[in-house]
Amino acid sequence: MAGHTHKLEIFRGLIKFKSNTQKIIGVLILLSIVTLVEVALGIYKPEVLNESFANLKLLNWVFIILTIVKAYYITWDFMHMRDETSILRRVVVWTAVFLILYLSFIFIQEAGYIFDEFDDPSNYIKTDF
Amino acid sequence: MGTTANTTSNEKIWAGGNKPLNASYGKMMMWFFIVSDALTFSGFIVSYGFARFKFADSWPIADEVFTHVPFVHGKELPMIYVAFMTFVLIMSSVTMVMAVDAGHKMQKAKVTFYMFLTIIGGIIFVGSQAWEWATFIKGDYGAVKTKGGNILQFLDAETSKRVSVEEFAFEFSSTRDQHQSYNGIWYDNEGSLPTFNIDEVIAGFEANPNILIRKQILDENGHKTILSREESLNVLKETGVSVVNGANLYENEYGVPLFANFFFFITGFHGFHVFSGIVLNIIIFFNVIIGTYEKRKSYEMVEKVGLYWHFVDLVWVFVFTFFYLV
Repeated sequence: MAGHTHKLEIFRGLIKFKSNTQKIIGVLILLSIVTLVEVALGIYKPEVLNESFANLKLLNWVFIILTIVKAYYITWDFMHMRDETSILRRVVVWTAVFLILYLSFIFIQEAGYIFDEFDDPSNYIKTDF
Repeated sequence: MGTTANTTSNEKIWAGGNKPLNASYGKMMMWFFIVSDALTFSGFIVSYGFARFKFADSWPIADEVFTHVPFVHGKELPMIYVAFMTFVLIMSSVTMVMAVDAGHKMQKAKVTFYMFLTIIGGIIFVGSQAWEWATFIKGDYGAVKTKGGNILQFLDAETSKRVSVEEFAFEFSSTRDQHQSYNGIWYDNEGSLPTFNIDEVIAGFEANPNILIRKQILDENGHKTILSREESLNVLKETGVSVVNGANLYENEYGVPLFANFFFFITGFHGFHVFSGIVLNIIIFFNVIIGTYEKRKSYEMVEKVGLYWHFVDLVWVFVFTFFYLV
């Protein structure tokens, strides 16, 4: 690990920084912009994004995607994942991504089922009293 | 760089000295810890999602719950304060990478300075979270709980702004004493009583014709259902049981009890992580000052604690999304 070389380009080489410090500032600006966009969307909630896709509002999809974008830059640039070997990257990222996707799928799926059972009038479950 | 691909002789592979991950032991173990901790947090957040999808038609709307900003009274400002907290945590992450970067260059003074800023950022964040908790626990408008455990909130009919129970409820003189072990059954007691009882609320509600009741059930547009005056009176008299102020683990004035439970549990667990991060940062900070890493000729400890600190920031990014945005 001598020399601590850093990969200095983000956006697949679209922006290349001169030093590591500059890259950090660049990523900070990017993260701040994404957060500001999230906050603005959260306050104004544009009508266009009110439609639903796969049981979730488009607005919520936008939030989740922007969160993953932020997570990517925090891990890749702040945690120096960009400079690690690709096998270390895969060990960490794919393990987490696979298990989390699986967990979310079974939990959300079952929650939907329970909601439907509560909602089904033929089950005589009363919650509104 | 590319150490595995270049080993041509098999003897070399099996003789040791190979570094397929090319990371030091400490850093690698920190990564493994982070992966397992990430799975713990994802378990929590996914169970929050479970509760939310289960109560999909009546979950509280975060924008109506977290509306407070310190030193600003009487205004509803959703998002502003959490956005500030998020920004503080991102900034302290940035000062942390700066410290790591200065460590690579063996600049002790710079590492010290940036570590100090990181600690300050962490303390501001934990303080903000404590304030957020206090506001959440105290509550502001109060609500009425029904027999079925649902929450009824009060609105002004003209402005459709929230009205607090205190504003309209009558105060009868015959109030009940709090049951504690010294004044009742000695092996039993109860928590502090709400400010008003249900009869005082009903009397106050009848005397104020411009107040309506809002239920937790969402309509097609995702807003809470507002009842007409007649329905309101009916629902309050038929089903109202007690007054709820603020939040605890059993009930809260915002809606489904699970909402508060998950809020306390997940933000609390994250806050605990931030707290331990601050403690670790302080230990490393003093080690930097007394020159431990100068002597070691490596600031890798700063890098390791940095990994943990960034992870805490990473988790907050997700907590922010799932608690306040979605």
